[in-house]
Amino acid sequence: MREEWTACLARMAETRDRALFARLFEHFAPRVKAYLIRLGMAPAQADELAQEAMLSVWRKAHLFNPGKANASTWIFTLARNLCIDRLRREKMPCYELDADMPDGDDRDAGEGAVISDRLAACIRRLPEAQAQVLYMSYYDGRSHSEIAEVLGIPLGSVKSRLRLAFDKLKAMWGESS
Amino acid sequence: MNIRHHLDDATLMAYAAGTLVPGMALLVACHLESCADCRDRLAQAEAVGGALLEELPPVALDSDNALASVLGLLDSEPPAAAAPAPLSGARAGGPAMPKVLAQHLDGRDFDALEWRSLAPGVKQIDLHPGGAGATRLLRFAPGVSVPHHSHRGNELTLVLRGSYNDEVGRFCAGDVADLDDQVAHQPLNDANEDCICLIATDAPLRFSGLMGRLVQPFIGM
Ligand SMILES: [Zn+2]
Repeated sequence: MREEWTACLARMAETRDRALFARLFEHFAPRVKAYLIRLGMAPAQADELAQEAMLSVWRKAHLFNPGKANASTWIFTLARNLCIDRLRREKMPCYELDADMPDGDDRDAGEGAVISDRLAACIRRLPEAQAQVLYMSYYDGRSHSEIAEVLGIPLGSVKSRLRLAFDKLKAMWGESS
Repeated sequence: MNIRHHLDDATLMAYAAGTLVPGMALLVACHLESCADCRDRLAQAEAVGGALLEELPPVALDSDNALASVLGLLDSEPPAAAAPAPLSGARAGGPAMPKVLAQHLDGRDFDALEWRSLAPGVKQIDLHPGGAGATRLLRFAPGVSVPHHSHRGNELTLVLRGSYNDEVGRFCAGDVADLDDQVAHQPLNDANEDCICLIATDAPLRFSGLMGRLVQPFIGM
């Protein structure tokens, strides 16, 4: 499933084929919109920004490296950066656009996609307390201090729950390489 | 660069989720420039975001023509991005200066900046990247230590030049100290050159001891 989108994006980057862009748009634009609404953006603005995000998918496709990220991860980072620019009128300090430096472990696209499917399954199996802080961070866009305040737990507990969740996800990552 | 102290997983997850205050995000981006280990872990944290994006129930766009209107824009030129400060190649701002920081400082070298003296041997520059917390460049001379302090929230320190020692260990250029509210420390420059650090917090610092109380009003943290 996800492998297909990654291959589609990589092919679009090469061929500049608008039909491939249309397929990516139909799949990802409604998901990006959903994500932006979850982050607290008004639906009309989320709609507009989702379109803008898809436009940058087209414009920045030459920067997409399927060995480093799959399509959903890459589009997630584009939407996140746009959202930060828009909501806070600040640029996300960002190293990645000129990051030609070697990575410790480049993977091929197929491998990344398999990991992504397993990652989603793994997130669904996280203990409630860990899943909760993960969702509050990624979906609600809350800082760790805000999460601590909302849940009435120490900041250190928020961070240790996130670390525990991340350890599980990384262990899965290790198994599949 | 031989980096021994890295960003915490929780900090990389916050960067991936886009929830760090701008100053901390700036510091993380600086460290990532020179650290493949943290870049790998960030890629994993971003993959979590990608997987979560796929999990959300999609919300249809308002207009049936959304795709057509975006297709109509594909050939248009992107709006000219705000031009980043002109940087003269890889050495812009000096070898110890991460590119993303050099842009923030308009390409000026550390020695060309207007440092404000806080105490004998301690100088700082407040950066104002916006958002909560404080972000500063701190420069302290050999033999000088920063007043003992703890934090209400998180504090990130990235060594840009020189080195220091504290309760946690020895920190050299490229190393990052990623501390939360449980750690109190007092960095001491025990080398023979100035130590320059980028420090970003998401809440004011708490100084302890007389020296700390004396310095607090000046540092304004
Ligand atoms: Zn690192």
